[in-house]
Amino acid sequence: MIDIRFPLGLMFSIFGVILTIYGLATIGNHAMYATSLGVNVNLISGICTLIFGLVMLFFSDPVRKKLRKKS
Amino acid sequence: MDTKFALGGIDYLIMGVYFVFVLGIGWALKKYMKNASAFLEAGRSIPAWVAGLAFISTNLGALEVMGMTGSGLKYGMHTTHFYLIGAIPAMVFLALFMMRFYYGSKARSVPEYLKLRFNEKTRGLNAILFAIMTILASGIAMYALAILLENVLGWNFLVSLFASAAIVLAYTYLGGLSSAIYNEVLQFFIIIIGLLPMAILVMKDVGGWHGMQASLAPIVEAKGYAPDTWTTHWKYTGSASDNPFGVAWYGIFAGLGFVLAFGYWCTNFLIVQRAMAAESMTAARKVPLIGAIPKMFIPFLIILPGVASLVLLNDPAKGFALPLNDAGQPIYDYTIIMLLKQYLPAGVLGLGVTALLASFMSGMAGNVSAFNTVWTYDIYQSYIRPVTGNKEADDKHYLKVGRVATILGVLASIAAAFIASKFGNIMDFLQAIFSMINAPLFAVILLGMFWKRSTGNAAFTGLLAGFLIALLHHGLSVPEGATTLIKGGWIAPLITYPVEMAQNFWTAIYAFSAALLLTVILSLLAKRTKTDEELNGLVYSMTPRLDDSGVIWYKRPWFLAVIVGVMFFGLTILFW
Repeated sequence: MIDIRFPLGLMFSIFGVILTIYGLATIGNHAMYATSLGVNVNLISGICTLIFGLVMLFFSDPVRKKLRKKS
Repeated sequence: MDTKFALGGIDYLIMGVYFVFVLGIGWALKKYMKNASAFLEAGRSIPAWVAGLAFISTNLGALEVMGMTGSGLKYGMHTTHFYLIGAIPAMVFLALFMMRFYYGSKARSVPEYLKLRFNEKTRGLNAILFAIMTILASGIAMYALAILLENVLGWNFLVSLFASAAIVLAYTYLGGLSSAIYNEVLQFFIIIIGLLPMAILVMKDVGGWHGMQASLAPIVEAKGYAPDTWTTHWKYTGSASDNPFGVAWYGIFAGLGFVLAFGYWCTNFLIVQRAMAAESMTAARKVPLIGAIPKMFIPFLIILPGVASLVLLNDPAKGFALPLNDAGQPIYDYTIIMLLKQYLPAGVLGLGVTALLASFMSGMAGNVSAFNTVWTYDIYQSYIRPVTGNKEADDKHYLKVGRVATILGVLASIAAAFIASKFGNIMDFLQAIFSMINAPLFAVILLGMFWKRSTGNAAFTGLLAGFLIALLHHGLSVPEGATTLIKGGWIAPLITYPVEMAQNFWTAIYAFSAALLLTVILSLLAKRTKTDEELNGLVYSMTPRLDDSGVIWYKRPWFLAVIVGVMFFGLTILFW
C-alpha cells in the first residue's frame, strides 16, 4: 500500500511554498493584514506548513528508501 | 450581515491543489482494490496511527465543527464535555475491552458481530436502521455543504451539490475504505493547519485566556450566571439551573459520559470501522487511544474561538456579528464562518475554506464507506443474494456489489439532500429519530460481550424496545420554548426540559435502561442458546486473555491508555 506520509508531505509542502511566496510578496501590505491584527499570517503559516510537509516527506517510505540507496 | 467571502485566485489555487490530491489518492489506490475485503475493509492493513487519525477525523465533520464553535458561543467551555467526559472514557473502554471482540471475531461489521454473538434478526434490524441512518446523515451533510457554498462562496446550489457528490463518489469508488481513510487523515491535518491561524488570532484579539475571562465576566453575569461560567466546565454543574447546559453533573455523567458517548464511540460502525481496518490486533486496540490524544486538544481549535466570539459580539468596536435567520435569531452555526472572515486574509483564508470543504466531504465519504460495507455484507449477502440464486458468489462478485453499493449510496444521499432542501424539518426529525438507535444498541452489545447468559431473542427484543422507548420519550417531552413538533412532544408534551440537550440526554438514558433491563430479564427467563465454545472470541469470560508480552511495554495499549488518562484528568482539572 501507499505510505500516506508521502502524499500528505507533498501536499503540505506545496501549500507551504504557495503561502510563503504569497506572504513574501505581500510584506508591507498593511491594508491586507489589518484583518489579521497586523500579522503576516501567510508568511508564518506558510513556513510552518512547509516545515510540517517536509518532515512528513522525509519520514515517508519512498524518500527513506531513496536515501538508503544513496548512502 | 454579509456572509460572503471574497476569495482570490490564491485561495482557489489552494483549493484546487487539495482536490488534485484527494482524487489522486483514490486513483493511486485503485490498483490495490482486487477483492471485496480490500475495498470494504481496507484489507485490514492500515497502520495504527493512520487509522487513529481517521477514527477521530470521521467524527470531525463540518457540521460538527460548525456546531461546536456555535456551542462554544452559546454554552461556553461547557461544550468541552463533548470532547472530554463525552468521548475519552468511551474511547479508552472501546480500546481496552471491546476492540478485541470486534477485531478478533472476524466480523466485518458491527451488525455482523451481532449475528455471530446473537442471531440473524438482531443483525438485520441493526443493519437496516444503520443503513438508513448513514444515508440520512450523508444527505444532510451534502445539503448543508451546498447551502454553505451558496451563502459563503456564492456558488450555485445544484452545481455545488453534484460537484461534491461526484468528487466523493470518485474517490470512494476508486479506492474504497482505504481511500476514505487516507483522505480523512489529509482532512485531519488540513483542519488543524487551516483553522489554527484563526484560533490564535481570535485569542490574541481578546487578550489571551485571562483577557477573555475578564471581558466575559460582565457579559455572563448579565445573562444571570456566575462570572466564570463560560470559562469553566464542571464548576457550576452542582445544579442544572446554574449552567447554560441546563444539566447537572449526574446528568452529564450518565447521559453524555456514559450512554451517549459509549453508544456513539463503541457501537457506531462508522467509527468502529476505522479501528477494524487496522493491520493487527495490537494496532486495532491502539486506534481509539491514538485518536483520543488529538481529540482532547480539538476544543482549543474549535470551541475556544467560539467562547471568545461572545466577547467580540459584545464589543461594537470589533465589528463582529452573526447572520440572522428569518425569526431574527442569530445563526450560531455560522460563528466559525464569520471568524474566518473576520481574521483571515487571502491565502490562509483559502486554506481555512478548504478545511471546511474537506471536512464536509470526508463526512460524506465516511458515511458512504460504512454504508457500502453494511449493504454488501449484512443486507445483500445475507438477504438479497440467497433469494436471487443459491450459487455461492465469489469475492469478485462482492467487490462488484460493493462498488455498485457505493454508487447507490451516493445517489441515495443526493436524493436525501433534495428532500432536505424541500422539507428540511422532516430530515431533522428523521435524524433525531435514527440517532436513537445507538443507546439501546450499546446496552445490547455490552451485555453480549460481557455476559455469556444473554440470548439472541432477548437482545432483539431489547434493541427494538429501547428504540421504541426512545421514540415514546421523544414524543412525550419537549425542550422549553420549542415551536415545532420536530423537537418532540408529538404525542403529548407531558415532560418539559429546560434545553434540548437535557431532553437528548434523558432520551438516551431511558432507551439504554429499557434495553438493558429487558434483555437481562428475557435472557434469564430463556435457556442459553449458544454453548461456551460458540462464544469463544465473542464474550469476555469465554475468551482467553490477550498476551501482550511480545510487545515492548511502551507500545502496549495499556501504556497508551495510561497516558490518555493522565492527559484527560490534567485537562479536566486545569479547566475545572
